[in-house]
Amino acid sequence: MAYRANILINSDAPGAEAVYGAFLDELQELALRDEVQVLMTSGLGGQGVATQGVDAIVYPDSVRYVNLTPDDVARITEEHLLKGRPILALTQAAPEVAPLPPPAPKEVRVVLRNIGKINPFDIEDYIAEDGYAALAKVLTTMTPEQVLDVLKQSGLRGRGGAGFPTHLKWTFARNSPNKPKYLICNGDEGDPGAFMNRSVLEGDPHAVIEGMAIAAYVIGAEQGYFYVRAEYPIAIRTLRAALEQAREYGFIGKDIFGTGFDFDLEIRMGAGAFVCGEETALMRSIEGQRGMPTTRPPFPAASGLWGQPTNINNVETYANVPQILLKGGEWFASMGTEKSKGTKTFAIAGKVKHTGLIEVPLGVTIREIVYDIGGGILNDKKFKAVQTGGPMGGCIPEQYLDLPVDYQSLASVGSIMGSGGFVIMDEDTCMVDIARFFMDFVQDESCGKCTPCRVGTRRMLEILNDICAGRGQPGDIELLEEMGKSIMHGSLCGLGAGAPNPVLSTIKYFRHEYEAHIYEKKCPAKVCRALIEYKVDPELCIGCTRCARNCPVDAIAGAPKEKHVIDPTICIRCGICKQVCPVAAIDVY
Amino acid sequence: MPEGSALNEIIQKYEGDREALVEILRDVSQAAGYVTPEDMATIAQRLGLPQSQVHSVASFYSLISLKPMGKHVIRFCQDAPCHVAGGREIWETLEQTLGIPFGATTDDGQWTLLTTSCIGACSVGPVMMVDDEVYGNLTPDRVREIVAQVGGGA
Amino acid sequence: MKSLEELQKIKERALQRRKLAGEGARARIVVAMGTTGIAAGARDTMAVILKELEKRGISDVVVTQTGSAGMSTYEPVVQVQVGNSELITYGNVDANRAVTLIEKHVLGGEVVAEWQVK
Repeated sequence: MAYRANILINSDAPGAEAVYGAFLDELQELALRDEVQVLMTSGLGGQGVATQGVDAIVYPDSVRYVNLTPDDVARITEEHLLKGRPILALTQAAPEVAPLPPPAPKEVRVVLRNIGKINPFDIEDYIAEDGYAALAKVLTTMTPEQVLDVLKQSGLRGRGGAGFPTHLKWTFARNSPNKPKYLICNGDEGDPGAFMNRSVLEGDPHAVIEGMAIAAYVIGAEQGYFYVRAEYPIAIRTLRAALEQAREYGFIGKDIFGTGFDFDLEIRMGAGAFVCGEETALMRSIEGQRGMPTTRPPFPAASGLWGQPTNINNVETYANVPQILLKGGEWFASMGTEKSKGTKTFAIAGKVKHTGLIEVPLGVTIREIVYDIGGGILNDKKFKAVQTGGPMGGCIPEQYLDLPVDYQSLASVGSIMGSGGFVIMDEDTCMVDIARFFMDFVQDESCGKCTPCRVGTRRMLEILNDICAGRGQPGDIELLEEMGKSIMHGSLCGLGAGAPNPVLSTIKYFRHEYEAHIYEKKCPAKVCRALIEYKVDPELCIGCTRCARNCPVDAIAGAPKEKHVIDPTICIRCGICKQVCPVAAIDVY
Repeated sequence: MPEGSALNEIIQKYEGDREALVEILRDVSQAAGYVTPEDMATIAQRLGLPQSQVHSVASFYSLISLKPMGKHVIRFCQDAPCHVAGGREIWETLEQTLGIPFGATTDDGQWTLLTTSCIGACSVGPVMMVDDEVYGNLTPDRVREIVAQVGGGA
Repeated sequence: MKSLEELQKIKERALQRRKLAGEGARARIVVAMGTTGIAAGARDTMAVILKELEKRGISDVVVTQTGSAGMSTYEPVVQVQVGNSELITYGNVDANRAVTLIEKHVLGGEVVAEWQVK
């Protein structure tokens, strides 16, 4: 007789036998013994989080009952097994695992492969997807040198933004003679609009843990740290649970796979400083200091955390490692371009139809990302620019739509890969406003150590504010260019070095917008409040008074049936009048 | 912190380790809403650090607050994707509705209005956090609704 | 974790659980087993379906039950979904109809329109 349902009861919990017996009895009573099978199993796994009591999972419904006693069984058997109505009160709600939409045609999911498909709170779900098989293979059959060879062949570059060859970084740390050595995972994803790391930590934490364990084996570290920004509480919670399970199953801890290799991990949280994403600032933060970058050399591989050899990589870099070890360096190198191998995640945001997380082989073009995957510009407006790499990245205009997205190409047009930010802008975006916006962010987050960055970004911001407010002066553009260059050269860390990028790239590609703001006191995209005017077209106005009645500052004059007029000195440019006009007589000029 | 014992608990949790200074300050800030000069002096003494250093670390990180907060704290995402999605309007609505500029607390101590960096919910921008809840797809009306709801429910 | 064998065993166990949960099933059959359903003979229908699948050696079809379908005149009600195609609801499914449905719809992919309830 084929079974239509299976009940798995975890035999480890005290009282399991009694519950098991009760199920057998009840099923017998209802003549269901031939249709429903009851099994005792050690280690229940499955959906949900284990409790201390007797848990039972009913398949194929995947409903998990928790803390059962024999008294519960009669009800469950009748209501659920016979009539198909699970008793929700006795179940445990499974933590929500949000799936990603099905991959778009050009997507290849390596880092994102498990997100939404597995339950991050169930390590066995990860194991079913060949989880920890790479670690097993590495620890039992490979030397650190062999692992480095595979990584070299793969061409994996750091995914945090700098794109430094990972195998080299690990080699340096491995070759440093001092002990103890440390491993750090940079989870301080601070780029606005970037949530790749968050998604991986929340959806597939074990991939990162496994990658780190392999790295630790190679460099000779026994202790690792996750540094996760505090703004990601769910990621931290998921990571904690995953670490506990990984320890329980012996994938981290002492004598892993019986090879004598020890490695454990701790979580440290950020405290709201964007600059702590920079690796030296991050280490200072773990040490309990102000997160201010320090000079390199010495590089972390020689002297990092507490002066010891340290390897830091981004969440995504580590997440790629298990797959590369299992499928081979050649496999990874078969994707991407000559100098930028493999895939990369991007967070598509802005004025595009489909925003969200994607993963594509490097070398896919901007056009493919915006139109084929992103679905094109919202409301079918015109593409204007895309800003890549976060607040230190440049804006790339329309003429480069067919540019392949890889490390060199982005750098060649004045932008950076960064951690994968991808903000798309349309014809209604004012590029000066955008530059000002990013400068504001960077200015706020500057740690203050280097004068060119600390003072320079503030001065640049003041000039940009003036330009957007209609107080731009001839010579401002040249001044911004000069200051930008000084700041780039005079800054110790990537924040300062990259801070002028949005400004310099927008001046390069959209100089006419700056000139319009300064010389004509106009904002072509009609965004900058001080430079636009709302006007009623007297040809179209029907005198219905709706605009006047809705104006929050009483800036519109006009009697019923008369042409209405907006007073620009009172008008605050809120746009409500344009919204409510029934004949579209009001527009922005 | 109102009770000295709570501060003690936090210091003990980290075993008085001076390297856990950032975490200690963050925990205190989260528990009590902000860190007082007295707290910092206690921490300095227990960890064997100069007070200036404790202050220097406390003033560096934005999630460690040195000023008392309102009963409800709004953290509005000020980063690019939310901005491109219409953040400016929401910014203005927030300042208007609460009657205070960003960074300030209302006179009645009910609300503190702050900006935050990206929370990673960009596909539903503009986004804001009110205490521990995240709200997305904001419109000016929705903002007024949420403020009335949270403030009224207080 | 002490050995590769241990890891392999856990992986097999996890995959087995996925199978139990019906992942990768070729088709799903749902029998309504509310009180009216049972009164109309749904239990026999269920037993026949299981026996027929076993007889034909089919192990990748998931059979489950649900509560009352809310259509008392049509009980026993059976729903069939093959792959990702539309879920079809059939009425008055006695033992004979059940066997035909398995043959025609589940295996043959053909909807038996005469017994379909909309």
